[in-house]
Amino acid sequence: MIDRRSLLKGSAATIGSLIAATALDPLKALAATVTLPFENGERPLVKYPQKRPMIGLTERPPQLETPFAVFNESVITPNDAFFVRYHLADVPLNIDPDTFTLEIKGKVDKPLKLSLAEIRKMPSKEIVAVNQCSGNSRGFFEPRVAGGQLGNGAMGNARWKGVPLKAVLDKAGVQSGAKQVVFSGLDGPVSDKTPDFAKALDIDHARDGDVMLAYGMNGDFLPVLNGFPLRLIVPGYYGTYWVKHLNEINVIDTVYDNFWMKTAYRIPDNDCNCVEPGTAPKATVPINRFTVRSFVTNLTSGQKVKAGKTNLKGIAFDGGKGIKEVAVSIDDGKTWTPAKLGKDLGKYSFREWHLPMKLAAGQHDIKVRATSNGGETQPLKPLWNPAGYLRNVVETVRVTAA
Amino acid sequence: MNRLIKIAAAGLVVAAASVAYAKPVKYELPPEVAALKPGPNQDVAVNNCTACHSADYIQTQPHGPKFKKDFWQAEVTKMIKVYGAPIDDADASKIVDYLTATY
Repeated sequence: MIDRRSLLKGSAATIGSLIAATALDPLKALAATVTLPFENGERPLVKYPQKRPMIGLTERPPQLETPFAVFNESVITPNDAFFVRYHLADVPLNIDPDTFTLEIKGKVDKPLKLSLAEIRKMPSKEIVAVNQCSGNSRGFFEPRVAGGQLGNGAMGNARWKGVPLKAVLDKAGVQSGAKQVVFSGLDGPVSDKTPDFAKALDIDHARDGDVMLAYGMNGDFLPVLNGFPLRLIVPGYYGTYWVKHLNEINVIDTVYDNFWMKTAYRIPDNDCNCVEPGTAPKATVPINRFTVRSFVTNLTSGQKVKAGKTNLKGIAFDGGKGIKEVAVSIDDGKTWTPAKLGKDLGKYSFREWHLPMKLAAGQHDIKVRATSNGGETQPLKPLWNPAGYLRNVVETVRVTAA
Repeated sequence: MNRLIKIAAAGLVVAAASVAYAKPVKYELPPEVAALKPGPNQDVAVNNCTACHSADYIQTQPHGPKFKKDFWQAEVTKMIKVYGAPIDDADASKIVDYLTATY
């Protein structure tokens, strides 16, 4: 329940009683903290409606990180543990699904206003896909960078249900010359001088059949803080494109150049999307697909294990090609042992992996590295960029066997 | 302990799911508890910074020699130039001094 990668402050009994008290008063904050393993990493454990205790990053707007132990519970991240990220503090707190509409406008033959009921009547599809914040793991950057100081919990894997964006665009009839599609949601800024949050995808990407409008998540409605009643799903792409509370789609014949596309969420425009630590890139492009990552989920740094056979377990994912191999090294990367991959839930999903390993008495650095079907793999030393995006260094878990 | 937490969490999920789909969904955020630390010109920072975001945005930034005056100056400038915060020059420099001295 509690992030086992973090140091829990306060006794178990105290926390149990606090959480029990919270059940009676859902708005009561938990007086417990976790400490993420980087400088200034202390965070409150907070309780929000529809959510279990989560790692609180900010309160207004709310930003919540998933306790890492959740990733060892199941390959699907439960709705009540799924991370929350907002940019602007005018969060919609009163949503009427009966009057909610999605507007499709711009370079289309037939501008539309669709109710939720109309969208739900269209042929539906399901896809299991990881959503991950661009700045997931930013707190581990060295040198440190400004921004949300997240551990590894700003990611999650869910079964999304909805309609392909292509179907909605086809209904409206995209005109020739359309270049991009702009998405915006009900949430907005506090001041009208602050650029409203909106993101754009190229028209071909928007019509690829995988990008979808989701109203369902893991067999339930979307939690409010995850975009109820409708959000954009952009499989393989960072969460910045997964616009929540989606109520407007605008087809344009230009390249969208608002702050959130032109200035923010940019990565170095070179082969590694990285620069020498502490330096600025010469040119940038909008962030796009996930880098490939893998984690051990059933052991945590500092843990003591029995010498002898240990079953390692974890997850891996990439930007949409699927995972080809996960391998583990306990000799600082000199030799790698392939793990057994778990059930394939699709190329955008977390892929579970297992590996029985013999650990002699003593200290071990367990390293895990995934390779995608596209051949991309993880670097042994972290790559750096000024915004703290794309982190995918080979993770190391240090345990002691005795 | 795990069992206790699960029971508590299950109770909340049921409560949330019982909000019928056809009805408007009202969501209540927990009361804000993050606050800016005491320091010179704390009031100026409170009035300006926390008008748009909670104090934990500041509190959670890294510490160290690279995170002193230049860092906070860049952040305050970004808030004004990029996010349109209506902060005049005199207040901006007071805020930078407060953040540098306090965080």
